[in-house]
Amino acid sequence: MKKTDSNYSRRSFLKVSSLSGGGMMLGISWFARAKPVESLGELNIEPVWQEVTSFIKIASDNSIKIFSPNPEFGQNVMTSLPMLIAEELDVDWKQVEVEQGNYDNKAFPRQFTGGSQGVRTAWKPLRTVGAAARQMILTAASQAWNLPVSELTTANGMVTHAFSGKSESYGTFAAAAAKLPIPKDIVLKGNQSFRLIGTPQKNVVAPKIAQGKPLFGMDYREAGMLIAMTERPPAFGMRLKSFDATAAKKMPGIVDIFPIKVFNDDHKFAGFDTRSFNEVIAVVGKSTWDVMNARKKIKAVWEVALERKEMGVNNRETTVPSGLESTTKHYAQMLEMSKKPGVIERKDGDPEKAFAEAKHVIERTYTAPFLAHNIMEPTNTFAHYVGDKVRFVAPIQIPDWIMPSIVARLGIPKENISIELVRMGGGFGRRAYGHYMIEAALISKQANAPVKLIYSREDDVSAGIYRPSYQLTYRAAFDENKKLIAFHAKGGGVPESPLHANRFPAGAIDNYLAESFVIPSNITIGAFRAPRSNFNAAAEQSFLDEISEYMGKDPIAFRLELLQRAKDNPVGKTNDYDASRYMGVLELVRDKSGWGKPENAGKKRGVSAYFCHNSYAAQVIDLQVKGDQVTVDQVTTALDCGVVVNPEGAKNMAEGAAIDGIGNALFGQLTLTDGRTDQRNFDTYRMIRHNEAPKKIDVHFVKNEIDPTGLGEPPFPPIFAAVANALYKATGKRFYQQPFQPQLKS
Amino acid sequence: MIKKYSLRINKKVHQVEADEKMPLLWVLRDILGMEGTKYGCGVGSCGACTVHLNGDAVRSCQLPISALAGMEITTIEGLSAKGDHPVQKAWVDVDVAQCGYCQSGQIMSAAALLKNTPNPTEEDIENFMTGNICRCGTYTRIKKAIQQAATKS
Ligand code: FES
Ligand code: FES
Repeated sequence: MKKTDSNYSRRSFLKVSSLSGGGMMLGISWFARAKPVESLGELNIEPVWQEVTSFIKIASDNSIKIFSPNPEFGQNVMTSLPMLIAEELDVDWKQVEVEQGNYDNKAFPRQFTGGSQGVRTAWKPLRTVGAAARQMILTAASQAWNLPVSELTTANGMVTHAFSGKSESYGTFAAAAAKLPIPKDIVLKGNQSFRLIGTPQKNVVAPKIAQGKPLFGMDYREAGMLIAMTERPPAFGMRLKSFDATAAKKMPGIVDIFPIKVFNDDHKFAGFDTRSFNEVIAVVGKSTWDVMNARKKIKAVWEVALERKEMGVNNRETTVPSGLESTTKHYAQMLEMSKKPGVIERKDGDPEKAFAEAKHVIERTYTAPFLAHNIMEPTNTFAHYVGDKVRFVAPIQIPDWIMPSIVARLGIPKENISIELVRMGGGFGRRAYGHYMIEAALISKQANAPVKLIYSREDDVSAGIYRPSYQLTYRAAFDENKKLIAFHAKGGGVPESPLHANRFPAGAIDNYLAESFVIPSNITIGAFRAPRSNFNAAAEQSFLDEISEYMGKDPIAFRLELLQRAKDNPVGKTNDYDASRYMGVLELVRDKSGWGKPENAGKKRGVSAYFCHNSYAAQVIDLQVKGDQVTVDQVTTALDCGVVVNPEGAKNMAEGAAIDGIGNALFGQLTLTDGRTDQRNFDTYRMIRHNEAPKKIDVHFVKNEIDPTGLGEPPFPPIFAAVANALYKATGKRFYQQPFQPQLKS
Repeated sequence: MIKKYSLRINKKVHQVEADEKMPLLWVLRDILGMEGTKYGCGVGSCGACTVHLNGDAVRSCQLPISALAGMEITTIEGLSAKGDHPVQKAWVDVDVAQCGYCQSGQIMSAAALLKNTPNPTEEDIENFMTGNICRCGTYTRIKKAIQQAATKS
């Protein structure tokens, strides 16, 4: 866990500078385009200006270091982002050493992990950084050799003059290059000239991971550091009334026990300030074991919280209801709401008339439970508060989003806060909510010591920021020829609706209606791998399967037919998808899986496709059911995420998404009884395990020249419905409620 | 009760003072500063804390320090000197890891499996590895890496 050379941050405004001992360092403030990045809507955040900065360091011995700006949680940006720079810089990838950049707004204006945006937003800016450095080295070489730039070429970190046979390393020219101005016209390679992009490269951190090196926040330690944990209400809807820590304080190794308030009462809540409980009891001690034992001796009195209002940064008031909520009640509430008119999100044609005149209507309702993130590395953060400064070592996806709240809560300027970014043992959206950093800082301040705040697994599961519980009711209307004439989606959830009203099949059906509803709740919810899409896809793609069967059509052919309509003659003006790319992944998965081929006739297979985060994914799954056991033989995934920077990492991600999705579809659920989560650890929260993973996963990418789009999330949502559709083939039963496995009879 | 213990870890003897019930996991992480062994659940359900006890894979979160006298403990730090155990090499070669947090435990389980079953079937691998959870979903690669390590060792 090395700290970035402080030179880097202090000189971040310098475009380029010399290194002592020769060499160059390059950091470009890059304003790619004064246009908001589209589709950040997936995470429901304000559009941001796209700015990316990165660093390259070339030493005189030709060793090359590239700083990876974005926080890493397993999406492998520490490999793929530096590859973008190395490609244009024209260096040998084996020469490159990668280091994580620390939080630094001036050096790295977009340190953001979420929404499958990493490679997409870095695609041109980071390549420009590499190309600029290469051009400067060429200029320096041309001046040193007194030869025109046009006669020089670069490859593998060497500058060559073919005619004279001269060849020198970048390191030779780095010091001179550092004195040159940044070139104005920076030329990027055409895709066909790529030597590194598109080649499979192994995770640069893999050797350290395989040796168990202390890469994670959980592993951070320093002299004098204490361990802290927090004790919180046993159920959602409760709060701290009073507590007695006399006995707990006498426990071995315990330093102090005190309450903290995460946010002040007048806090203006930004979108990612979610925290499950505002007032918690901090226990600080010498070791995790000491603290865990002392927690049990605290005598706390909890009480039911009253309804309260929370003010947002935009002055929008949210009401958090009082009460101890239960899953059975949530489902009953959602069912009731689905019978009442919802908020109309989209309407095409005259759906009411079409349904009234229909010869046949199919109506189905799909539900899904809350899901806990279950990041393998539980929530944690190191903080050391000294004077009016605080230093963090934090696993955090989007430091920029919690920073204003840290500033507001601690009352210290932003300049006094430093964050060392560490590798995250998973994120999936959970670490976009940085309340734990505030907690750690408050504890460090009160304890007057460096502190590592740790959540136990039970804390992490039972006080999470969950994927909401959702419901979607679909209705399809058919004429006497079994032609689909109208489509109606009504979706809602606790406490948000999953609907994406302008996505497929909107645009493909003349009469279309989408309605939403919400059920207020005090259960905390947030982003979870492909928010909303992860449920939409599950419900919609199951329903399409069922209606294609009624129409007597092949499920893939039926989807292609709808997409063809959306392509040729779309209904409505706003359709958030590209029908051709959608069709592309369906055709690819059909061909690669041998869909409809006689040799596959006996297989219990299901198909599904979805679009989210600017990318398209389709999956075919083959499975078998024996009693209540599901064996997955194979998953075939087709993906269109534009140019694939690192096919090795991309495949790994798509395989993981399939396994994660199958696990959540079959087993995943967080249920509540009177505000208390029924699952608290992995002995009760059912995760997919080795023997339940697919025996084989094939991943295929659509080859095209489209700039990279998202990858971390898109292959996750469709697999849920592929599982449901294959289960139908295997059992003759349709599955409408997640998780599916408990409905199988042993 | 705080007592003095002498532990044999990675072929070295360590003198430790700790509560008799303190699990080996926290002895390793908080007292000895050996943080390759990870905390995932503390209840024996995830395998992140897997170490070898006299050569067998065990969950260190379930082992009180008082039960370890005379035992030979191996952690990921002691699996090989330079990260070149066949299992570690296969892990890098197959590019198994995503976030990487579960992988110390996966590797320790895999190494123990291969020690006792040098040529495991797919089913052997699945059954033996079932106690190790990976939220990122790297199971198929783990299996491939174990098969690769088996043929190379
Ligand atoms: S931490 Fe020991 S099995 Fe999970
Ligand atoms: S690699 Fe992330 S939990 Fe296994």
